[in-house]
Amino acid sequence: MRALLFVAATVSILISVLIVWTLFSEAWTFISGLMNDATITVKRDGTREVELPQGLGGLVDDGARPGWYPRDGRFDLPTIVLGTLIVSGISIVVAAPLGLGAAIFLSEYARPGLRRWLKPILEVLAGVPSVVFGFFALRFLGPDVIQPLFDTRTPTGLLVTGVAIGILVTPLMASISEDSLRSVPSALREASYGIGARKSTTVAKIVIPAAVSGIIAALIVSVSRAIGETMVAALASGALGQAPRTVHPTDTGLTMTAAMAQLASGSDQVVGSGLAFQSLFFVGAVLFVMTMILNLFAARVVERFRNKY
Amino acid sequence: MAVTMNTRASTQAAVRGGLVSGKRDVKGILFASATLACLLLALLMLVLLMWEVVSQAIPVFDRRGFSFLTGELGSNPDEVGVSQGLWGSLIIAVFVIGLSFPIGIAAGVYLEEYAKPTRFTRFIQLNIRNLAGIPSVVYGILGLVVFVQGIKFFTGGRSIIAAGITLAILVLPIIIITTTEAIRAVPAGLREAGMGVGATRWESTRDHVLPYAAPGILTGTMLAIARALGEAAPLILIGAITGALRSAPGQGLVDKLQGKFTAMPIVIYGWSNEVNKPGKETGLTFTDLTSAAIVVLLVMVLLLNVAAILLRNRFEKGRQG
Repeated sequence: MRALLFVAATVSILISVLIVWTLFSEAWTFISGLMNDATITVKRDGTREVELPQGLGGLVDDGARPGWYPRDGRFDLPTIVLGTLIVSGISIVVAAPLGLGAAIFLSEYARPGLRRWLKPILEVLAGVPSVVFGFFALRFLGPDVIQPLFDTRTPTGLLVTGVAIGILVTPLMASISEDSLRSVPSALREASYGIGARKSTTVAKIVIPAAVSGIIAALIVSVSRAIGETMVAALASGALGQAPRTVHPTDTGLTMTAAMAQLASGSDQVVGSGLAFQSLFFVGAVLFVMTMILNLFAARVVERFRNKY
Repeated sequence: MAVTMNTRASTQAAVRGGLVSGKRDVKGILFASATLACLLLALLMLVLLMWEVVSQAIPVFDRRGFSFLTGELGSNPDEVGVSQGLWGSLIIAVFVIGLSFPIGIAAGVYLEEYAKPTRFTRFIQLNIRNLAGIPSVVYGILGLVVFVQGIKFFTGGRSIIAAGITLAILVLPIIIITTTEAIRAVPAGLREAGMGVGATRWESTRDHVLPYAAPGILTGTMLAIARALGEAAPLILIGAITGALRSAPGQGLVDKLQGKFTAMPIVIYGWSNEVNKPGKETGLTFTDLTSAAIVVLLVMVLLLNVAAILLRNRFEKGRQG
């Protein structure tokens, strides 16, 4: 029996090995393609232009209008990385205060009876599938809230995507922060009341600083989740598989995840560079490394905070 | 006389003020209200989302009725339905139960009951936590390369089998983590009592530990199924069908499992991008239909979530008392 159970436990290692191997071998195919393949582009007037292998320089478009155009063999990594950073930045600006505020209320102010009702409702919000948030962003948040409020040109874009993902990760942020706030020993609170501190002072000066590593971990996990969120970005970022590089949140754009999803859903029609489909794996590998670093970092922070009390 | 009255009144006012209004912690009340506002805003979003979706979905159920659930994917908003999505999601749930449930519980039991705290055990635990944090779209790549292309002879390519295995792998860490947590909460006395009367470790695990941990494990499994039912990103990479999908008559089960497929979240994704022209007969647009499909998906996912939460709360309460 023991051997059988052991095998089941090692399945997780097999999965990790498979993920790393597929990502990096396929990503390497893409990189070596960039290094070795000549690309043939058909211009608008019908003439063909043969380009030499792009090399690693192909990952940063230094032309006048840089952008992510996989079908034309132009893979400008900064376009989609910037898109991802803008979107996850906005989402954390939304989720951090909302989630932390909700966590403080649930942990410090809500009476047990109220908390017993509010916490499950928040957990239900966490259970709503992300494609539903994508639809919500596309049909309501974009046209009815963000566009009139920020006067964006289109109802879709990086800003809407960021706000929607922010709402999506708020329950996660709230849940992890609340756990760390509640794990602060009540003796700390009582000591603070004992020397005459008010409730708000106690929360702000004692409880939050004591739980700060858990709150930081919650932030990192939320960022990681926001970076990897796919469906909202694929539906609401406004680009369809290609986008010019932009730094303005009100523009339409592409995140790494949206670029992947749209490459995959258009895989039957991918024309132009044969590398286009391979770029999917390269972007996936970059995404994997980014979220992996964040998750390991969060795990370390949590480890430290667990040892504290 | 008037002066003394005045002095007394003002003294009283000052003392009362010092005792009452000075104690009112305005900043504190503002702070507490702000935290409450954060919570309410998050909940308001949930209410808005539900309202938006349900209000658009009602006319669909009203005018289409049961045919919305039995219809197939297509381009005519008067006829399309979600039957293939429902079928796909059902099969995915079967895969999760059939694959992740036994493997996840076995792995959890090993890690909590058998594994010695060696470096290798710690590595497995860290690895599982990391797997839980990998974006779902990356699992889609795994599914595409290994299950769609790698073992095509078995999965038949872009099929529900490939999708089912991929999603089973995606939620495996959730089941392992909730299983280990549930087993960790089992009092040591229970385990020792079993072994004290001569049971082997496996017998004591099977007869004492697992039954006690069952509600926790079941909660985790329900959350895992809910997660798998709502995931769309990996299915897009595996190649679920978003457009028209006609089911060929007379297909065997194996052909069906190995053939083209879709699932509820993919139906929603596909219809969200559809042109918004109202149907001639029913006047329903694809936005309305999407809302109705979302309601169908939410009913499945949220019922599982609510059941899991109730189960957990019920057993938490029962054991505290």
